[in-house]
Amino acid sequence: MNEWPLWEIFVRSQHGLAHRHVGSLHAPDAAMAIKNARDVYTRRNEGVSIWAVRSSDVVASAPGDQEALFEPANSKVYRHPTFFPMPDEVKHL
Amino acid sequence: MYAQMVDTGVTAVRTAAQMSAVERAFQARIDADVKIEPKDAMPDAYRKTLIRQISQHAHSEIVGMLPEGNWITRAPTLKRKAILMAKVQDEGGHGLYLYSAAETLGVSRDQMIEDLHAGRAKYSSIFNYPTLTWADIGTIGWLVDGAAIMNQIPLCRCSYGPYARAMVRICKEESFHQRQGYDIMLSLARGTPEQKTMAQQSLDRWWWPSLMMFGPPDAESVHSAQSSAWKIKILSNDELRQRFVDQTVPQAEYLGITVPDPDLKWNAERGHYDFGAIDWSEFHNVIKGNGPCNRDRMKTRVRAWQDGAWVREAAMAHATKSAAREAQRAA
Repeated sequence: MNEWPLWEIFVRSQHGLAHRHVGSLHAPDAAMAIKNARDVYTRRNEGVSIWAVRSSDVVASAPGDQEALFEPANSKVYRHPTFFPMPDEVKHL
Repeated sequence: MYAQMVDTGVTAVRTAAQMSAVERAFQARIDADVKIEPKDAMPDAYRKTLIRQISQHAHSEIVGMLPEGNWITRAPTLKRKAILMAKVQDEGGHGLYLYSAAETLGVSRDQMIEDLHAGRAKYSSIFNYPTLTWADIGTIGWLVDGAAIMNQIPLCRCSYGPYARAMVRICKEESFHQRQGYDIMLSLARGTPEQKTMAQQSLDRWWWPSLMMFGPPDAESVHSAQSSAWKIKILSNDELRQRFVDQTVPQAEYLGITVPDPDLKWNAERGHYDFGAIDWSEFHNVIKGNGPCNRDRMKTRVRAWQDGAWVREAAMAHATKSAAREAQRAA
């Protein structure tokens, strides 16, 4: 059977936040993907905007690259404000 | 539950010493509550079991639309009709979230549907019972969706990321289902003597099949033990069933209807209700395909799939043609 392609669906909620991945669905084309996404993912006012992206167009990092990509950040704790102890007497820092 | 007696393909849960290094590393991740994601390495048995469990769960949502769909045209008021349509639409949505979660494991949607239609995949035993009166729509929401919530809330913490996320979405919607069911029961319980009788008879029909939804006692089941080790089953069938009884009995009392179990009584020592023996031969018979509606449910599903084939094909042909035309114009 000629299965409809898979799409990843992103929805932006009302509060000005970024589009967030909510799931996926099958649709023959982009217009139907938006229509189906509306029925499947926004039945309860979950959003004000939908993005549909063909799943085959998503480029993802590989699980095996986790160390190379994300481990360098572990040793750079000075990137967090809590790294710097501040005297209690000093305010507004 | 919505997924009952899921085969894990193992004959015994292996100890750490019996596992290969890869399996041991995987189990260590599970034990540390690390979520497993689609592209992560996973043992074949874990993948296959999850495909069975999630697809069975999805099939249950879809087949579960049928007993309720039966009453959409006969709902007593326009309000009840609109609510029931919304509820049945939700069930369709739940099926879709779950099919998508299963597809991340490498099985296609068409393959799952084919497995269901060929009788290779199961769905919950509960949907093989008929909805004879309007009260059954109340009872299904109250008991069947109530039982589903009981099972699905712990699954929000299961080890497979896409399944856990689908469960979170589903649980949010499910409590509307349970409340609308209880609301129907409340109306009947406060209604005429005939309506009250209708509510009682419906509880009589659905009580035992609802308890069977949780599946057989799992103390002796190797599959349950393996699924627990993999954290794709969080609480045992018996634990869930006891919780369900404890929560439901007072709700029935409030309605003024009687749970059809002469052995049901509060056990102050245990802090739980004791209840009578379940007729497991009925459960196994329904699972085997001999329930009151098994053949009818499958016939309806297969016909819907076949009747919709031309729409799926036409939509795809239109999309392909439009894309080609677009490409030509751009060239």
